[in-house]
Amino acid sequence: MISERMINIILIGLLVIIPAWAYLADEPFTITLMTRAVIFALAAVGLNLALGVGGFVSFGHAAFFGLGGYVMGVLAWHAQSYTPFLEWPFLIEGTQSMPVIWVIAVILSALLALVIGVVSLKTTGVYFIMITLAFAQMMYYFSISWSAYGGEDGLSIYVRNSFPGLNTLDPIQFYSICFIILMAVLALMARLVKSPYGLALNAARQSPKRVEAVGLDLHQLQLLAFVISGAITGLAGALFADLNRFVSPNMFSWQLSGEFIVFIIIGGVGRLFGPVIGALVFVGLEHFLGEINDYWHIYLGLILLLIVLFSKTGVMGLLVKKEAHHG
Amino acid sequence: MSFVLLAEQVLNGLQLGVMLFLMSAGLTLIFGVMGLINLAHGSLYMIGAFAAASIAGLTGSFILALLAALTGAAIAGGIVEMVVIRRLYRRDHLDQVLATFALILIFSEGTRWVFGSFPLYLDIPTYLQGPVFLPGGIQYPLYRITLILIGLVVAFALWLMIAKTRIGIQIRAGENDREMIAALGIDISKLYTIVFALGASLAGLAGALVGAIQSVEVGMGEPVLILAFVVIVIGGIGSIKGAMVGSILVGLTDTLGGVFLPQILQLFMDISTANNVGSSIASMAIYILMGGVLIWRPTGLYGSRP
Repeated sequence: MISERMINIILIGLLVIIPAWAYLADEPFTITLMTRAVIFALAAVGLNLALGVGGFVSFGHAAFFGLGGYVMGVLAWHAQSYTPFLEWPFLIEGTQSMPVIWVIAVILSALLALVIGVVSLKTTGVYFIMITLAFAQMMYYFSISWSAYGGEDGLSIYVRNSFPGLNTLDPIQFYSICFIILMAVLALMARLVKSPYGLALNAARQSPKRVEAVGLDLHQLQLLAFVISGAITGLAGALFADLNRFVSPNMFSWQLSGEFIVFIIIGGVGRLFGPVIGALVFVGLEHFLGEINDYWHIYLGLILLLIVLFSKTGVMGLLVKKEAHHG
Repeated sequence: MSFVLLAEQVLNGLQLGVMLFLMSAGLTLIFGVMGLINLAHGSLYMIGAFAAASIAGLTGSFILALLAALTGAAIAGGIVEMVVIRRLYRRDHLDQVLATFALILIFSEGTRWVFGSFPLYLDIPTYLQGPVFLPGGIQYPLYRITLILIGLVVAFALWLMIAKTRIGIQIRAGENDREMIAALGIDISKLYTIVFALGASLAGLAGALVGAIQSVEVGMGEPVLILAFVVIVIGGIGSIKGAMVGSILVGLTDTLGGVFLPQILQLFMDISTANNVGSSIASMAIYILMGGVLIWRPTGLYGSRP
């Protein structure tokens, strides 16, 4: 059997080799598909901290994904129309600089996660699932009714935002940005999970009473995980909006929240690289089944149903045959 | 803001509320008895609407269409319970969410495959068209009044069934202690199938009744499903009474908020800003209500305290 570390290295290799091949073979569409997969993977890596490590099933992570998307959309829209975002009490201009957008997307997503987390982490189990779903739906309807930013039609951005020293409209350069961010976040996650905080969070999932008995604040542990988780998914949302140069209320849709969970399940719950496998498989299925049949969601549904009913471990589990150390 | 307008909006809110009750009663019953969170409940709502629209198209009879919605959704629910759902009762909530999410994908795309992407239309029968005149000079569509009445009758029948009949006793016993009632010789897996099919038929009925006001299309179930989630979170999961109170609260908040918040805000700001801000806040009103209830009572109004 292969070790999980080996699979992770193979995965990183694939994420480098496939786009490199596509670049040499002049297949920009493949690069765009890979970019999509990498961004979805990033969103699911964020969710995996809450769902896999923390053990609370958020069915509303599209709220952060969409917020990240709208941060990009709104700031870039103000920049391209030369109108300030806010004039009073102080001037805030729009911007088309990616790093600035990322920072703002991360901060605002973290704040939203704090608000949603404070209310929903009072509950557990099914309540938590439904409440996170409901809050994401609230953001969805809010974005539809907010006509100043396109309402139902969304916002189009004509030029992709800029990153110092790079031409972001070149697919391979934009892919590289997304890939490096994903790798950086995965490295951060690997450290976080092994840190004292990560161990405590893991313990809080397995045995909440004991964690409280040793004097740790369960609620604070989980809230922090939810905030970090939301912030990462928000960052992925900003990148996704930049990939499409378009944001719409669909980025808040409940289907997307469901798909993020699906990525994690396909890959293997609680595995560091699980979401990466899941996102790659999903984007692959979407592309290849979508070519064969317009109704490819039926096959996706059947595959998912079979995975849930008969295999608990996901692709990573099939390959490794060993319990996830935090899964 | 006249009395007539207020009365009409209250009736609209009630109508939304009773339809939400038909959805959330099934959801909360299924959760209470089997401990299952069923995302595919919205699909059963859609199946009811499609069954009704097809039969109405074939026969022209609205009554037959409603019967088709009830039986179609009940049969679909029964089959799904026996093939998939019963394997999920012992699983954790994550598995239940995923499997029923998969069912939504299968049902939605399957329906699109069979019926195409264009919406179907279900007409209000002629004898239910037109307005009724209520005291106080209120004119209100007869069909919507009928919906409110049907909802109330179904709610009463459901209460009778659960409070007074043998199957109702079994359902309540199943909520409290499923091992005990299995030990008493009641076929628990048959009971589960019946409860699931009952919940499904209520959802199907709601789908058909609402389908005559809106269009019948793929994806019509999920927005209602999420509203029904808000309802049972507010009312307390597993409580039929909570589902009733929650439905009416959500129905009224959603309807009245959408109409009156912009008008109230006009007192403080100019009209166009008031309309924008008002409708934005109104779209969030029920979720704010839900958040408020949860801060006050984390298990809902009538939920069991841990």
